[in-house]
Amino acid sequence: MPVVRPPKRAGIGREAGPPGEPRRIAYLYLLPAFVVYAAFLLYPLLRAVQISFYDWDGLTLGRWIGLDNYREVLTDEGLRSAFGHALVLMVFFAIIPTVVGLLLASVLNRAKVRGLSFFRTVVFLPQVVAMVVVAVAWRRIYAPDGSLNTLLGAVGLDSLTRGWLGDYDFALPAVGFVGSWFETGLVTVLLLAGMGRINGELYEAARLDGAGAVREFFAVTLPSVRGEIAVALTLTVIAALRTFDLVYVTTRGGPGNSTSVPSYEVYHRAFELGRVGSAAAIGVSLTIVIFVISFAITRIADRDAS
Amino acid sequence: MIRSPRILFVASALGIASVAACAPGSSTSPSTSPPASASAVQTDAAKMGAVTLLVWDQEVRGGQAAQMAELIKNFEAKYPNIKIKRVSRSFDDLKTTLRLALSGNEPPDVVEANNGRSDMGEFVKAGQLRPLDAYSKAYGWEARYPESVRQYSSYSPDGKTFGEGNLYGLPQVGETVGIFYNKKKLNASGLQAPTTWSEFQSSLATLKGKGEVPLVLGNLEKWPAIHVFGTVQGRTTPAVTIKSLAFGRSGATWKSPENLKAAAMLVDWVDKGYFNKGVNGQDYDPAWQSFTKGTGVYLIAGTWLQADLEKAMGADVGFMLPPGAAAGDNPVATGGTGLPFAITSKSKHPDAAAAYINFITNKDAMAVLAKTGNLPIADTSAQVVTGTLQKDVFTAFGTIVEKDGLVPYLDYATPTMYDTIGAALQDLLAKKATPEQFLDRLEKDYAAFASAKG
Repeated sequence: MPVVRPPKRAGIGREAGPPGEPRRIAYLYLLPAFVVYAAFLLYPLLRAVQISFYDWDGLTLGRWIGLDNYREVLTDEGLRSAFGHALVLMVFFAIIPTVVGLLLASVLNRAKVRGLSFFRTVVFLPQVVAMVVVAVAWRRIYAPDGSLNTLLGAVGLDSLTRGWLGDYDFALPAVGFVGSWFETGLVTVLLLAGMGRINGELYEAARLDGAGAVREFFAVTLPSVRGEIAVALTLTVIAALRTFDLVYVTTRGGPGNSTSVPSYEVYHRAFELGRVGSAAAIGVSLTIVIFVISFAITRIADRDAS
Repeated sequence: MIRSPRILFVASALGIASVAACAPGSSTSPSTSPPASASAVQTDAAKMGAVTLLVWDQEVRGGQAAQMAELIKNFEAKYPNIKIKRVSRSFDDLKTTLRLALSGNEPPDVVEANNGRSDMGEFVKAGQLRPLDAYSKAYGWEARYPESVRQYSSYSPDGKTFGEGNLYGLPQVGETVGIFYNKKKLNASGLQAPTTWSEFQSSLATLKGKGEVPLVLGNLEKWPAIHVFGTVQGRTTPAVTIKSLAFGRSGATWKSPENLKAAAMLVDWVDKGYFNKGVNGQDYDPAWQSFTKGTGVYLIAGTWLQADLEKAMGADVGFMLPPGAAAGDNPVATGGTGLPFAITSKSKHPDAAAAYINFITNKDAMAVLAKTGNLPIADTSAQVVTGTLQKDVFTAFGTIVEKDGLVPYLDYATPTMYDTIGAALQDLLAKKATPEQFLDRLEKDYAAFASAKG
């Protein structure tokens, strides 16, 4: 840009603020991205919020019913239990993988085994496979004549065999376990990366102070990877709350309604029952729940870090 | 300075919201009015000028796809002025996309829509499908398809009453639930194919005594048990009552001694161990596949499995309608039609669309269907078939249509019944619910719907 005006003394051209162009112009740069964001995210979101206030079948004119759809989310027993199932899945998708991941990562990190990258790949492998494929495979494993029951039978535990996905007590944990298996790799690799950055001198100092492996873990490793844990928890909690494909493929919410989850209800109501308004209300509620929980996780991690 | 752009952002976000403020569904325009009488419709397809019809169907599998391709080829050869543009999707994909497609401004001309309330019923209510009664008169469809077949695509114009009123579509194929049996295993236990229901029940006990699995069921998907329960219910409850319940008409009740008897019979089968282990955790497909490999003696399932079972078991498998109390009784079986083909209200070429539907459901089309391994809905008994199982199935279906013994799928009753009865049956089979609780649950769904409908 050719300089038209001769530069004045520094600090007089603009009264305050950082160097560079003024804020107003900076926002202009954001505009193209914002337009795309608004068109594909904000508009659908607001539209969903709007639809959630209607009784709408997706075809004929909707009828304004105010908060009735949300009232149903809170009072309908089936929907409440769907949210309850999502919370149970959170344990399987987030808590268990984080605990197992911490253990695995610290072992892999300490042992300095040869072929670490090989193990890392193996642990991470489930993440690479599409969830639908994972679900189909596990459905076969859990089948009454599937590999899990064959295995149990082979070691003499015939009394434990059952149709896992059809069992009222075990279907939800069975689905959850697939989630644990799926998410552990992601968490482990995240934590390994975090542990790789820990300064070796810290361990040396701890050892000089007479710390064993366990003490070392709690005093050095755990505090150092707090940031990674927060990231891992956020990602896995969101994955747990929005689980759809896994349930859709393995159980379709059964047996009875013992594995239904909110996302499945959204699909089910919108596309199968034609209750688009109610589906939108569940979707919006789910969004709020996810937002609150992930906000809480980041808040807690931030406060601890400072 | 810093504030104002933010306000701008908020303002633009609100602007977007206000654009969206019109009520959902308000942009759908009302339907065009149907032709008034049979004389007003054109039935000579050759005189309709150059027309391209957009057809959405779900005929994607082997024999289904083959018959459709052949019929379209024949149609285009006979009427070169009409071109068929075909879009085929699997059942599930069609179900989810059709709703959106129909509410658009240029929907397909001919669509294959699922009969149930949550599909065809909703489309009728929204005025998106054209009543076909004028065409029915002009082409003589009432002579072609009996009432028991046409009821499955009939609705009142407001979509509230299912099973009577205007005709909205014509199906090509039929299906009925019956009992497949493994002939070899039955003979090995010294048994014959039962001719009465009590014979059937006692054969279950005999088979169990010999260490066989009498009945195969894979109910992970929830819907397979609906067919088993429907079959049992057909023995205990009058067909008229089942029709009222299944079409969701007011005036019937689930809480009857007959229905209780049916539910109790099913539980009794569970108690006696007639089913394979873990039915609620078993997939439908692996279940019938295990039947072909020699697990189990009876399989209560629909005629749609015929081609697969015949391929795997050859002459060792037979099919019968569920036997009645006495050998000569009129048969009652759950069943229905394949998805009917309907014409959209916004179609610009309804006459050509009707000509197409007429062509794919006429006598010649039925022969093509039989030839490609499908079960044609009309003239079934007259078709020449080769396989022994296919022959069983064709005879059975011909009989049930002729004797008007088809009763509808129970999940047709209300938009939510598919879920309700599916989950309730899983509960019943797992003994999480008593027969009384089971019926209470169904009655609640049914009564809420019937009373809301008025």
